[in-house]
Amino acid sequence: MKKQGLQWVFSILGGLLLLFVLGPVLGLLFSSSPVRIFETARDPEVKNSILLTLGTSMAGTILFAVAAVPFSWLLARYSFPLKKLVTAIIDLPVVIPHSAAGIAVLGFISRDTLLGKAGSWAGFNFVGHPAGITLAMAFVSLPYLINAARDGFLTVPERLEKAALTLGASPARVFFTISLPLAWKNILSGLILMFARGMSEFGAVVIIAYHPMITPVLIYERFTSFGLKYAQPVSVLFILVVLVFFLILRLLLSKTKNN
Amino acid sequence: MLQLENVNKDFREFCLKDISFKVEKHDYFIVLGASGAGKSILLETIAGLIRPDSGNLILNGRDITRLPIQQRRIGLVFQDHAVFPHMKVRKNLAYALHGQSRHEIRGKINSISESLGIEDMLDRYPSTLSGGELQRVALARTLIQDPEILLLDEPLSSMDSRLKAGLRALLRRIHRDGQTVMQVTHDYEEALSLGNRIAVMDHGRVLQTGTPDEVFHYPRNGFVAHFIGLKNFFPVTIMTEEGHPYAETRGKMKIRLNSGQDNMKGFVMIRGEDIILSQAIPETSALNIYQGLVREISANPGGFDICMETPETLHALITGQSMEKLNIHEGMQLWLSFKATAVKFIEE
Repeated sequence: MKKQGLQWVFSILGGLLLLFVLGPVLGLLFSSSPVRIFETARDPEVKNSILLTLGTSMAGTILFAVAAVPFSWLLARYSFPLKKLVTAIIDLPVVIPHSAAGIAVLGFISRDTLLGKAGSWAGFNFVGHPAGITLAMAFVSLPYLINAARDGFLTVPERLEKAALTLGASPARVFFTISLPLAWKNILSGLILMFARGMSEFGAVVIIAYHPMITPVLIYERFTSFGLKYAQPVSVLFILVVLVFFLILRLLLSKTKNN
Repeated sequence: MLQLENVNKDFREFCLKDISFKVEKHDYFIVLGASGAGKSILLETIAGLIRPDSGNLILNGRDITRLPIQQRRIGLVFQDHAVFPHMKVRKNLAYALHGQSRHEIRGKINSISESLGIEDMLDRYPSTLSGGELQRVALARTLIQDPEILLLDEPLSSMDSRLKAGLRALLRRIHRDGQTVMQVTHDYEEALSLGNRIAVMDHGRVLQTGTPDEVFHYPRNGFVAHFIGLKNFFPVTIMTEEGHPYAETRGKMKIRLNSGQDNMKGFVMIRGEDIILSQAIPETSALNIYQGLVREISANPGGFDICMETPETLHALITGQSMEKLNIHEGMQLWLSFKATAVKFIEE
């Protein structure tokens, strides 16, 4: 009997939490009529913003994954002096306040820095450019990928890699045929997390590039310029797009799981 | 064909100290030692997964100490088989044949899977296979690359006795078909049953190398004898007399035992505790009764070791009380007896 009573209390608390999350979201979804949302979807400014947001985050995720995933493998397999320090550095972006992160990245890529000069040579300025947005997004979301990938590699028994080496495979072949496939579930999860985190970033991005406007920034602008009613449709649309996107990715993930 | 010269490796909790021995072609070489003796480290060093701190590894006259793993032509099967779970058996087998033509690969897969009896598993995933089947897949995967020497890390340790018998027979066949094998184990019965040469290892050192007879019969130091824990150990041939089997030792001593087929060769072992001493000829159901001379008495943690000379040398383990009761001293004549069931026979 007592146990049931406790379960009830926990369930009620849980229910309140769910309400806390669901309430505002449902309220938002019902705030605008389907007609308004449709109109907003056809607004070129909104369309471009959403595409930009998805594109820059995806680019950042894929680009940085090339370095992050192998690095995660190193972290999983080897211990070295200062490893604790390295792990702490990786987690820094999570604890740094977002706008401060933006300022930090800005100082790193503005015109008169090494990176900024490289950008100029290539013909663009990172500040106020999608490339800068990508960097800001990647900066705040990288830890999620590295940690997920590292955890994934930790689940791959080292013995399998050793066996593969004795069967004549080069270390590279072992990485791509054994380590990566077996850690893939976690890596994919990490990629999705990084993509999601990057896409929802406001503070760091707005410092680097107010324009072109990613959707979080667009929503902010519409709110400050015109008020709640004007910001709601964009918000609804963005949330719907995000939800659909992640539903698809999650389905992809569960398909991999079943394999 | 494989020679280790003064190989040393300091490796966190384990180490190898000044390891030197030789494995000849067609040997079934056993490295015997307790867990933690460094046996797995030794195998990984030979395979190239671990670089020794000093010393040399020579394979067929070629110094392979600094040679990369992939070029050594050495096969290694881990204790837990390490079959790749995300690939079907076929793909596991083909893994070592990267770069060869499809026709060649198919041919080799067919021949090795037939040889190891795994033809009907080729399109299955490892998760659907039993431990014994996985062990065979792991062996096939390694043998398919035709290694100069096959290294086995405690292949029988996680198996029940029925599986063990099957795998032992398979390993013997692989060896008979020409494969040089080096196996590490902590089980001396396995060592006797499979090996033609044994190296005993303890705490990273090789204490003795030789044939099973040399190592067990003439242990070079207390450790080997203690590790094996048996002193009554004789190479024998089984004969029958009036339908009952007995084991004849080199010294022509006839030891009655429970089982065995005519002309089988192997070893018999009798625990010291199973030997009963008496001053007069004992009236007993035991089939093995001999008279012997006390050669030496030594104190043991478990009691007293009475070394007796019958045609062969037998060690009986008795308590201090029994010592007093019989008033045993060196040079006296005593009767020994032990049951046929106390005699353990291991086929060669």
